[in-house]
Amino acid sequence: MVRSSEVISNIERKRILELLSQGKRLDGRGLKDYREIKVERGVVEKAAGSALVSVGGTKVATGVKVEVGKPYPDRPEAGALAVNVELTPLASPTFEPGPPDKYSIELARVVDRGIRESKAIDLEKLCLVPGNKVLVVFVDVYVLNHCGNLFDASELASVLALMGAKVAKYVVDKGGEVKAKAKRVPLPVRNYPVSVTMARIGGDFVVDPSLDEEMVADARITVTTDKSGNVCAVQKGGVGVFSVDEVMEAVDIAVEKSGELRRDVLGV
Amino acid sequence: MVGKGRKKLISKGGVRVDGRKPGDLRPIKIKVGLLERADGSAYVELGKNKILAAVYGPREVYPRHLSLHSRALIRCRYHMAPFSVEERKSPAPSRREVELSTVIRDALEPVIFTEFYPRTVIDIFIEVLQADGGTRGTGIIAASLALADAGIPMRDLVAACAAGKVDGQLVLDLNDVEDKEGEADLPVAYAPQMEAVTLLQMDGTLTKDEFERALKLAVDGCKQIHALLKEALRGRYLAVGDVVEAGVKKGKGGES
Repeated sequence: MVRSSEVISNIERKRILELLSQGKRLDGRGLKDYREIKVERGVVEKAAGSALVSVGGTKVATGVKVEVGKPYPDRPEAGALAVNVELTPLASPTFEPGPPDKYSIELARVVDRGIRESKAIDLEKLCLVPGNKVLVVFVDVYVLNHCGNLFDASELASVLALMGAKVAKYVVDKGGEVKAKAKRVPLPVRNYPVSVTMARIGGDFVVDPSLDEEMVADARITVTTDKSGNVCAVQKGGVGVFSVDEVMEAVDIAVEKSGELRRDVLGV
Repeated sequence: MVGKGRKKLISKGGVRVDGRKPGDLRPIKIKVGLLERADGSAYVELGKNKILAAVYGPREVYPRHLSLHSRALIRCRYHMAPFSVEERKSPAPSRREVELSTVIRDALEPVIFTEFYPRTVIDIFIEVLQADGGTRGTGIIAASLALADAGIPMRDLVAACAAGKVDGQLVLDLNDVEDKEGEADLPVAYAPQMEAVTLLQMDGTLTKDEFERALKLAVDGCKQIHALLKEALRGRYLAVGDVVEAGVKKGKGGES
């Protein structure tokens, strides 16, 4: 998640590599440590659900909105899910206003995959009139400050926003009209996907890379697991490569760390 | 995703909808060097996938500010033709195509000696003419061959193949139905001589143990495809050699 316009000085690059060779990181963390994670739930009252997550200096807000819409043609009896990421220009000197670019699209699609493939939302419960009217869940991820590892911050913020989301109770009357009642009910959330992103720097993996680590990294791997510890999404990024054993090492680390995050951050 | 009353995708005897066994690849057909204007090109059919790739470059970078002083810039566009899928696809690049263009680029760049061509660009264009599951892998195969055909020095030839889980069984090289209705899909690109995984994505649900077995299955599929790619290239250059020997100055695209 680093643009070519981001720069890092050679001396900092060298220092990061030097420290890593002794098993240390620039900010004093262990190789598998996350930065401090802070969570605020329900930060935006107008959203059905929202959360603000900071991972070190990285700040991401997610808002969930629910509307009545059409189902996908291939899933006529299921609600729809749409994940979108905005890399707002206030988050980094390298972010510019404009339509989503490849960075925000990849980020959105990886977050989407985690939620969708773990079946975090019981979409079948969001069907109102089969083939015609369903609830569409919009998950809008707003990146507010980019200090590295947008993937995990975005996934956490999105899952937290969904967990706290309350939507109007919709009923279908005899004429097939959909009406929203005043009563608010939680979204049917039944799984808690958590992504763990690692950067590969030389021969080492670092969990939760900071921006400067992302800049010296050869490659990135994001492994998303569900609440049973099954793997539900994987994404390799960057030009570097992994051996089969390294991929499995990353999966092992992800299973371990995601369990901790689920317990300590999501509280489930 | 195993729907109620859905048709089984693997029969009791372990035969898949298209007649394959779980560990079988689909039939593959390769043509190298068929586009005259491109510096390198290839056409690959994998099952009903029909994919064309062309490489232009190393050439001057436009817009200029994108050029890199120490190495070549690699650009990649993966695009699906509007008629390549059941329902017409808008020709404008979708979010999926933007993502795949990026991961395919990242899958190919590690094998290219970009440092040989500073301040230039190598453009890779992949057009999916017909899609049948596994288009990103098939696109990578075609692009690898096109890069080789363009004479671009490479450390290895990237092969690609998916593995996944269908009806509770791990299978190699998922077709369209298996991809859409199966439980998991794990596309992999692999450079066998470097022993390097250069593309790795997954969606679906796999236990850690299943994930490991699926990854190894996909890597094994990549190795099989790698052998076929080498053979196709050798065929291409033997054909060129024959043409040159026959005293014809301009070789036409060879088939293999």
